[in-house]
Amino acid sequence: MKTQHASARLSHRFSAIFWDLVAVLLVLGMVVFLAQTSRDLMQPLAGPGETVISLEPSGLPEYVLRTSLRMLAAMVLSLIFTFTYATWAAKSRRAGQVLIPLLDILQSVPILGFISVTVVFFMSFAPGRMLGAELVAIFAIFTSQAWNMAFSFYQSLRTVPTELVEASRSFRLSPWMRFWKLEVPFAMPALVWNMMMSMSAGWFFVVASEAISVGNTVVTLPGIGSYIALAIDQRDLGAVGRAIAVMLIVILIYDQLLFRPLVAWVDRFRFEQEADRNPPRSWVLMALRRSRWVAMAVVPLVRMWRWTYRAGNDGASRELARTARNTMGSGVISWLDWLWYGAIAVICAVSMWKITVFVLQGVTPDEVGTTVFLGCVTMVRVFVLIAVASVIWVPVGVWIGLHPAAARIIQPVTQFMAAFPANLLFPLAVSGIVVLRLDPDIWLSPLMILGTQWYILFNVIAGASTIPGELRDIGINLGVRGWLWWRRIALPAVFPFYMTGAVTASGGSWNASIVAELANWGDTTLKANGLGAYIAEATAAGDFHRIVLGIAVMSAFVVLINRLFWRPLYILAERKFRLG
Amino acid sequence: MLDIRGVRKSFRKPDGSELLVLDGIDFTLGEGEIIGLLGRSGSGKSTLLRSIAGLTPPSAGSVIYHGNEVTAPPPGIAMVFQGFALFPWLTVLENVQLGLEALGLSTGELHRRAIEAIDLIGLDGFESAYPRELSGGMRQRVGFARALVVHPNILLMDEPFSALDVLTAETLRTDFLDLWSEGQLPIKGVILVTHNIEEAVLMCDRILIFGSNPGRILNEIKVELPHPRARLDPAFRDLVERIYVEMTTRSASVPAGRRTEYFPGTGIGTILPHVSSNSLSGLLEAVAAAPYNGEADLPVIASSLHMEIDELFPVAETLQMLRFAEVAGGDIRLTTEGRQFADFDTDRRKHLFARHLLTYVALAAHIRRVLDERPVHQAPWSRFADELEDYMPPAAAVQTLRTIIALGRYAEIFSYDDEKQVFSLDNP
Repeated sequence: MKTQHASARLSHRFSAIFWDLVAVLLVLGMVVFLAQTSRDLMQPLAGPGETVISLEPSGLPEYVLRTSLRMLAAMVLSLIFTFTYATWAAKSRRAGQVLIPLLDILQSVPILGFISVTVVFFMSFAPGRMLGAELVAIFAIFTSQAWNMAFSFYQSLRTVPTELVEASRSFRLSPWMRFWKLEVPFAMPALVWNMMMSMSAGWFFVVASEAISVGNTVVTLPGIGSYIALAIDQRDLGAVGRAIAVMLIVILIYDQLLFRPLVAWVDRFRFEQEADRNPPRSWVLMALRRSRWVAMAVVPLVRMWRWTYRAGNDGASRELARTARNTMGSGVISWLDWLWYGAIAVICAVSMWKITVFVLQGVTPDEVGTTVFLGCVTMVRVFVLIAVASVIWVPVGVWIGLHPAAARIIQPVTQFMAAFPANLLFPLAVSGIVVLRLDPDIWLSPLMILGTQWYILFNVIAGASTIPGELRDIGINLGVRGWLWWRRIALPAVFPFYMTGAVTASGGSWNASIVAELANWGDTTLKANGLGAYIAEATAAGDFHRIVLGIAVMSAFVVLINRLFWRPLYILAERKFRLG
Repeated sequence: MLDIRGVRKSFRKPDGSELLVLDGIDFTLGEGEIIGLLGRSGSGKSTLLRSIAGLTPPSAGSVIYHGNEVTAPPPGIAMVFQGFALFPWLTVLENVQLGLEALGLSTGELHRRAIEAIDLIGLDGFESAYPRELSGGMRQRVGFARALVVHPNILLMDEPFSALDVLTAETLRTDFLDLWSEGQLPIKGVILVTHNIEEAVLMCDRILIFGSNPGRILNEIKVELPHPRARLDPAFRDLVERIYVEMTTRSASVPAGRRTEYFPGTGIGTILPHVSSNSLSGLLEAVAAAPYNGEADLPVIASSLHMEIDELFPVAETLQMLRFAEVAGGDIRLTTEGRQFADFDTDRRKHLFARHLLTYVALAAHIRRVLDERPVHQAPWSRFADELEDYMPPAAAVQTLRTIIALGRYAEIFSYDDEKQVFSLDNP
């Protein structure tokens, strides 16, 4: 009995040491990785004509590291943006009235648009150095990540349960403490989910953000994106293949080392309090949790954090006095409101006028009409593609969702496919189109939805797997079969989930159109007529009047389609078909 | 210790007019006293508790605690919530420590006091558990520990046992009372909001009975029974019966001249409670059957049907509004039509119900008349919702319309299409 006990303790000690080692390796590896890649930032920029990239496979690990660091840096920036911008919008009514619609617009501006407009500005920051170019790339990735994260955080802040807010006020938590103890934890699950989506978006634009060419400004940063750009330029299918393979590995590593632990960790912040589920697990998180060294290292950090709570403590009463005043003097607010609205109106009018003047300096009014027409072409393309993808993936998704064994295997695969930057596959498709002499107007189109169709599939799978067993049983019991079964049971049940997927896929496809409608293979250029190709061409030529025009028209299209088409459908789906 | 002086609370409606929810509240909490605020939902007692806690300022009047006016949550007043309000991402220990951390205590002191409170409230062994792993009773114990750990003078309880099952609630009540009477709790006074009459009699030294629209104190009842109190003790039963009588007579005699009478259904501005035709016929059948034979004591029928007053009163009063029953003096007595209804089959029940609904419920008659007058016999939801919002807050208007739709559908006097949000005379 006694020896058994002792041996159990011994094995426990061994396992603790094992987890210590794993955790230390993970942490040290991270530090070395950060140090190495950030060392090169201050190096001078390669002159024009110099090649910084080689297609040798031996260079790939370094490129991957540098690209990953850029992605991480952009993610940190996005988080800072999220915590400040969204908090401001949620806490101040007036700020929210402006910031939230602004976010909506920013979300619909094509990501390439940000690059072309800001490249000169950032390059002037640190002329002739890598830093400036790095800033351009990081900012570009940031623009593909930040908006939806901020949106999700804002929405969470607005839906914090009242009783918890009351409890934290009644126990006199300072606003600072309330932010970290209540608001951030409550927002965490949705935020992590959006971080994963943002990361996919970032990978997608990695090529565009590392190999930037706007008019005469050509920037090539060492990284996997530039590697692929060069491979395309040199028609090297082997190099493209290698890049794809490396990318697969990188995404797997990211999943294992970053997102899986995050998802497992964030599970405790879910507000619904049921116990009988399988919580997500991660071996990395397990290692960090079980290691005593990590635990020891964390203690002083916790102390420091607690100290900040005490430091910000006296803010609580002041904040409360303010809310009390606000509710009293509601008569004063109205003229301030008018002043505020007036200021907004003036700013809007001035910027509208500025934009119009700027655009019309470079293009004729006729061309505005042309871009709107091109916008319609791209719109038709997006809708047809969504329809085709739906016809294919909805039945497949329903079938998978109803077979839990299949869903367990396929669901992670589809999420992985969604994370994989589909534009890495473009060169394969484009070389095929060139060789087979296909019509680019038709055959380039599918590339737009290559990466985004998975959102439809995995949302439908998720929807189908939530169809209650009782509902399926009654279908069998009443002999509901065939088309009737689809119409009455399957389609209504997955409809709200399908809508979520379709909205995401549609937005992503618009963004992808800039990359997909104009494709290069060596010196052959393929073009599908559309707004995306228009913007891409203007960017290559450095024609800012046309870039601004194209971006404005595309943003308008996306906003209008969202407001007039997707949102009403989405509300209908929520109202009518949401189960339970 | 705590003075509530002339507290009044109103909310601004979208059209700018004021909606009064609390009026003329005056009372004092003395040392060593448990006061119960007893009333039905909508009587503003939870709002009053939040004003006392400093969470929402009163529109007029003041809350004085130890000589100072309460404008923000004061130290020394802690609160226990109906839905527990635990942070799901914190362990039991961390939840309990939360209030202390805001006080800025040292880590050692923090831990010591939290463990002390956890031991006191019977949570030892659960320190590292997350709320989702606990039963409802254990969760509310955490709620109590979290409130007590800051050593408050006054404990505010907002229906703390109403989310628990009967057995668990009883255990928590007696545990709390034991600690209280043994003097083990740091608190010197308690205010308990409840809609459970027996709970109020069991726990309180004084019960303030609240009326609705606007919320006000109707009566004050002193409970002088010695602790521990036994529910079956005749003196206890008498007191419960007395409060029932108090609450039923008062609710029937609403001061005249108010636009938003709860009862009886004279104007379309009457707020209809959330009741279904099933619960109406259920209560009719129960009272009509033996052993009541058409007349029942409300406390008796409440306990035999396992209904709390918050569930029983709305049903009973709707029956009274429909002239199927009379409620007075703590009793419910069926009218002739009420007895007939209980005997009838479905079709004849619907006819009788339709006749009474159209005759005695002004809103039903109003909707029917509008539909009859319009050439297409249709009217949108907003047509009536806007009208009702002149008399009541938007949420009450929605509830009233939902109830009238359910009753109207049962009586087949009109139909409603929820997708188009349209009332009509179609008979599908």
